Amino acid sequence: MSLLEVERINALYGDSHVLFDLSIHVNEKEVVALLGRNGAGKTTTLRTIMGVLSPRSGEIRLDGKPISGLPPSAIARVGVQLVPEERAIFGGLTVEENLRLAALTAPKPWPLDRVYEVFPRLKERRTSRGRTLSGGEQQMLSIGRALIRDPRIILMDEPFEGLAPLIVRDLVNVSRALAAEGRTMIVVEQNVAAALSFADRVYGLNNGHVVYEGSAKELQAEPERMASFIGVGLHG
Amino acid sequence: MPSWATLLSQAFNGLALGSLLALVSSGLTIILGTLGVLNFAHGALFTVGAYAIFVAFQYTSSFFLAVAMGSVFMLVLGILLERVIVRLFYDRPHEDQILVTYGVGIVLVEVLRNVFGSHAQRVPVPSWGTGVTEMGFLMYPTYRLQLIGMVAAILLALYLILYRTSLGLVVRAGIENPGMVGILGIDVKRTFLVVFAVGCVAVGLAGMLYAPVVAVSPDMGATFMVQSFVVIVLGGLGSFPGAVVGGLIAGEIISITSAFNSAYSDVMLYGLMALVLVLRPQGLFGSEGRV
Repeated sequence: MSLLEVERINALYGDSHVLFDLSIHVNEKEVVALLGRNGAGKTTTLRTIMGVLSPRSGEIRLDGKPISGLPPSAIARVGVQLVPEERAIFGGLTVEENLRLAALTAPKPWPLDRVYEVFPRLKERRTSRGRTLSGGEQQMLSIGRALIRDPRIILMDEPFEGLAPLIVRDLVNVSRALAAEGRTMIVVEQNVAAALSFADRVYGLNNGHVVYEGSAKELQAEPERMASFIGVGLHG
Repeated sequence: MPSWATLLSQAFNGLALGSLLALVSSGLTIILGTLGVLNFAHGALFTVGAYAIFVAFQYTSSFFLAVAMGSVFMLVLGILLERVIVRLFYDRPHEDQILVTYGVGIVLVEVLRNVFGSHAQRVPVPSWGTGVTEMGFLMYPTYRLQLIGMVAAILLALYLILYRTSLGLVVRAGIENPGMVGILGIDVKRTFLVVFAVGCVAVGLAGMLYAPVVAVSPDMGATFMVQSFVVIVLGGLGSFPGAVVGGLIAGEIISITSAFNSAYSDVMLYGLMALVLVLRPQGLFGSEGRV
């Protein structure tokens, strides 16, 4: 049994149908990349798993127990953690307050220092307010907020978007280290090369349908195949 | 041109009025920021606080004991209002929330009028606060100085709750982005009851401490209600520092203008509000987004 099973979910934003009978699964200690064009339904898939959006039909299970239909706060408490695209840092709270807030309802939160070991920069800025952080620091804090909860699975939405190449390199290294120590993750990313460098398995999405499934290695060997499915080049 | 002594004494009056406005507005702004509900019963709750100390003082004859009893009463009233009425309106449109809280305000005021009559009641100045204090440059009523100190202490307590406790952390984060607070595993609605009750106690305390200075009547809260709306617009909706600073600014403007011509004190207040709305629409301490 997989850790996370998404089975034939349909999701709508108002009247527009965004996900169609979408099924994916993620095994324990596996990193899965969701690839596809803008509007393919990647972000919606993550938001639906987190409970921000309720699926109209279908079921989502964690450890075999259904979680679809629960509010995000309940889904977070069973160990699912979204790192949203917009980062959603609390600008009026300090770095440390952002982390302490995230840790409040975690059953076994990390000590702050463990987050600071992953992101030493956050320790330097621990008394700074969120709104004064650079984009890269905000992304570190957003990932740090997820890590401090020690969740079963992390859902990362475009973690490298809009960041300078050097910062992306650092964040990719952190992601690789997290993958290597056995953290389960789903990553949505436009930077396909970066995502494939630490993903085990890939789903290709198009117009709310799964159109491809394969290992990251297979896909790296056949870049034109990926392109033919969803029109995203490896260096796109 | 009024004398310097008059101006100085009006400046102190402004400080007293401003600190009260700060206390009233901080309850209003925290409830608005956290629950998303603009509480139109807030002025009536101020009046209820004044009547609470009027009644409690008759039984206890001790100012502090009366304040303590009044606070417990405001806490219970706040819990009841949230559980029985306000809670049902969290997912309703803002118009409905305004109408229902406005209605609650009318009911509270009319109940007071029915029980105590329309005429003014007196709450005596506590024995330790009678007379005037000689400050060298100014003679000023002792109780008004103590009033400023007591309000400052209550505001400090509110500050500590907001900035030094886990509840405060959740409330401040919830004011900014309630959706993300939920994604981090916290059910924001669980804090709503506490926030509403604390807001009720805050505005009730303002009414209690103000009672010895004025005549207690069923309509005394109306002016404070309107002025506290101006204050939270000045300071920024949902901002506690904004409510404190905005309250002090509003108090000084009203009092200083009164020294020249009291007919213009409201004009100056609304003029400043218009100016702030043009130059900084989110208010002095507000951030864009939410509400």
